[in-house]
Amino acid sequence: MGNCCNNADNSALQTEAEEIIAFTGKEKTISILQEVQKRKGYLPEALLCEIARLTGIAISDFYGVATFYSQFSFTPLGKYVVKLCNGTACFVSGADLLYETLCDFLKIKNNETTPDGLFTIETVACIGCCSLAPVVMIGDRLYGKQTPSGIRDLLQEIVTLESAGNSDGGKV
Amino acid sequence: MIRGVLKVGLGSCGIAAGALEVYDYFLSDAVKKNLGNILSFGEQRITIGKTSCIGLCFAEPLVEFCTDDIKILYGRVDKIFAEKIVNGILSNTLPLENRILEDEEVKKYIGPQVKLALKNCGIIDPENIEDYIERKGYSALQKAVFEMSDREVIEVIKESGLRGRGGAGFLTGQKWEFLLQAAGEKKYLVCNADEGDPGAFMDRAILEGDPHSVIEGMAIAAKATGAQLGYIYCRAEYPLAIKRTVKAINDAREKNFLGKNILGTDFSFDIILKEGAGAFVCGEETALIMSIHDRRGMPNLRPPFPAEKGINDSPTNINNVETYANVSGIVANGAESFNKYKSGNSTGTKVFALAGKVKRVGLVEVPMGLTIREVVQEIGGGSSTKYPLKAVQIGGPAGGCIPEKLFDTPINYDSINATGAIMGSGGLIVMDTNSCMVDVARYFLQFTQNESCGKCTFCRIGTKRMFEILQRITEGKGDENDISLLEELSNHVRKTSLCGLGQLAPNPVLTTLKFFKGEYMAHVKEKKCPAGVCRALIKVLINPEQCTGCTACTKVCPVNAISGEKKKPHVIDAKLCTKCGICIQKCKFDAIYKN
Ligand SMILES: Cc1cc2nc3c(=O)[nH]c(=O)nc-3n(C[C@H](O)[C@H](O)[C@H](O)COP(=O)(O)O)c2cc1C
Ligand code: FES
Repeated sequence: MGNCCNNADNSALQTEAEEIIAFTGKEKTISILQEVQKRKGYLPEALLCEIARLTGIAISDFYGVATFYSQFSFTPLGKYVVKLCNGTACFVSGADLLYETLCDFLKIKNNETTPDGLFTIETVACIGCCSLAPVVMIGDRLYGKQTPSGIRDLLQEIVTLESAGNSDGGKV
Repeated sequence: MIRGVLKVGLGSCGIAAGALEVYDYFLSDAVKKNLGNILSFGEQRITIGKTSCIGLCFAEPLVEFCTDDIKILYGRVDKIFAEKIVNGILSNTLPLENRILEDEEVKKYIGPQVKLALKNCGIIDPENIEDYIERKGYSALQKAVFEMSDREVIEVIKESGLRGRGGAGFLTGQKWEFLLQAAGEKKYLVCNADEGDPGAFMDRAILEGDPHSVIEGMAIAAKATGAQLGYIYCRAEYPLAIKRTVKAINDAREKNFLGKNILGTDFSFDIILKEGAGAFVCGEETALIMSIHDRRGMPNLRPPFPAEKGINDSPTNINNVETYANVSGIVANGAESFNKYKSGNSTGTKVFALAGKVKRVGLVEVPMGLTIREVVQEIGGGSSTKYPLKAVQIGGPAGGCIPEKLFDTPINYDSINATGAIMGSGGLIVMDTNSCMVDVARYFLQFTQNESCGKCTFCRIGTKRMFEILQRITEGKGDENDISLLEELSNHVRKTSLCGLGQLAPNPVLTTLKFFKGEYMAHVKEKKCPAGVCRALIKVLINPEQCTGCTACTKVCPVNAISGEKKKPHVIDAKLCTKCGICIQKCKFDAIYKN
């Protein structure tokens, strides 16, 4: 992670790091990472270095844990994270078609973000709503029994909303 | 005062189907004012309530209206129909349509089921501890605390024959005994709610629908084994389950069912919810413990088993959500209430997440001994497509595919194991003849090779090679040697992996090879996919005799590969066609087919 640990004199960074530690406790590597991910949408290196400095947890430990679990990301995610379920039920109900439709429409692949920072595609294994397979989640909202044309309409709607400048980030 | 309740099913699946809109509508000022104050239905006051997954996922959103005299369950309720219900209550003429409990089909779905673990799911408001208590909740804990010795609790669990519902099916009473006998001051309990199997949602439904049943089960286990602290390790993908469980823990603590000096005795026990961070292998118990220790979730060699050396190196007992959910019923009603359902060496019931190509999908709980056919045909209503059923996938990535000809296998641990699959945690995915078994095996190997933690060489690299071979076969580039290579690799991966992830990873391949070898052969020898799934091996064609030239297909083709004049037969440009099959679904005249 380079020599990031030099810029720890930023006081805003320190305040934020202290807030996070106060919330999670000092030893809880995973909880700390989860809190950072929740607040920032990804794991900013500078903030992690600051937390490492304050907690005494080695930055390599953070890195080791963060790369193990799929919940964490080192790059900012899009404003709309499109989670496509590829669990067994969705798989047998045509999730691959939805994946192709998404890639085709957004011109990105799994775990990539569109250049305008609007969309990220994430395939996940089972959202737990198999009865509605195939399932797509955009932001906090779940869309069941999806079809390629349905998905295209949904994305188009978001794109239109966004270009008109009014949207509420993930809660279409 | 007598009262009527209008209840909306607000499980994750109901919410996804639009139940929140209906609930919000019922709570909107206009409706609340009217309903809250009217004295319709023989002087009854109507309140708006909520519950969780009712289990009839195929008919979501669900709304139940009950008073002391009537109980009506409405299915597929949208806002417009919700208005109808409200007007019906106001005018004393409830709508007659969409009453799904009277539906013959729904009766078939419910008939064979026995609800033990799910006894409260879909009935109580999971966020209201009083609802749980009203249905005798925490009475089993009181019995265990005041009327039974530690031994007696363990004995009744042993006698019930309860086996772990997380997959392996180890006897729960025996596991508790290990913990009781383990040396050490500090002892821990863990509830495994990682539910990583793709295609499984039983544990989510229980935690969302009846979190107190799990908490009570854990408290009873703690009383019997001497544990002081418990963790519920829940996967992060289940925010609603987490929210409701945390609330339930706090409410139980407030009522002194958890915490210090439970019910005024010297027994103390508390529970912490720990959120997972997305790693399938963390469902494995030693990896789970590593994760609770805030480390990378890598499994460790057993022994030492967690019962000796678990959390903080102290004795620890790990059980699955459904296992704990069964405990209070057994303690309250006796071992016989559970083991009267018996098949082979299995007792009680099993919850399944029934999904895939059946008409009625949902959360079902069936007594041991029911056959797979009964679950699929009677409860599930058979195929939901125009194609016949071919197999069920049971047990997730560690399980296997059971073919239609073995659908008369009774559901119990031994009989399912005898097929080469495993009972697993309860994912039951039904497939029709349109599913390619080689592709299904490829799918699971892709999953396991992705989720392998990388510690064991054969699990890390062996599963990857197996995946590559399967990929090759589905692309039409495989040959006959590949099949023996798969068998050989399967044996090595199985024998040389440290944890269940690797040991069981070959199961999807071995069971499909055992029952569907012909399909593998067709792929490698004739370069054909009999199910018409593997795209490299099929062509999509239009039958000019049947095509009416309606142009519906041209509009849905994502790559504009279909052309033709209106009212004249169309053709597909094979060079452009990606064989996605969307046009086949769209064609009303069955004119498009795969070859
Ligand atoms: C790779 C792997 C994943 C597992 N995932 C789960 C899981 O998600 N939930 C679960 O309860 N058990 C899971 N298990 C089984 C647990 O290791 C353990 O046997 C179980 O939680 C014990 O509880 P029980 O006796 O009540 O079944 C998994 C095992 C393996 C090898
Ligand atoms: S498989 Fe997609 S929600 Fe379960």
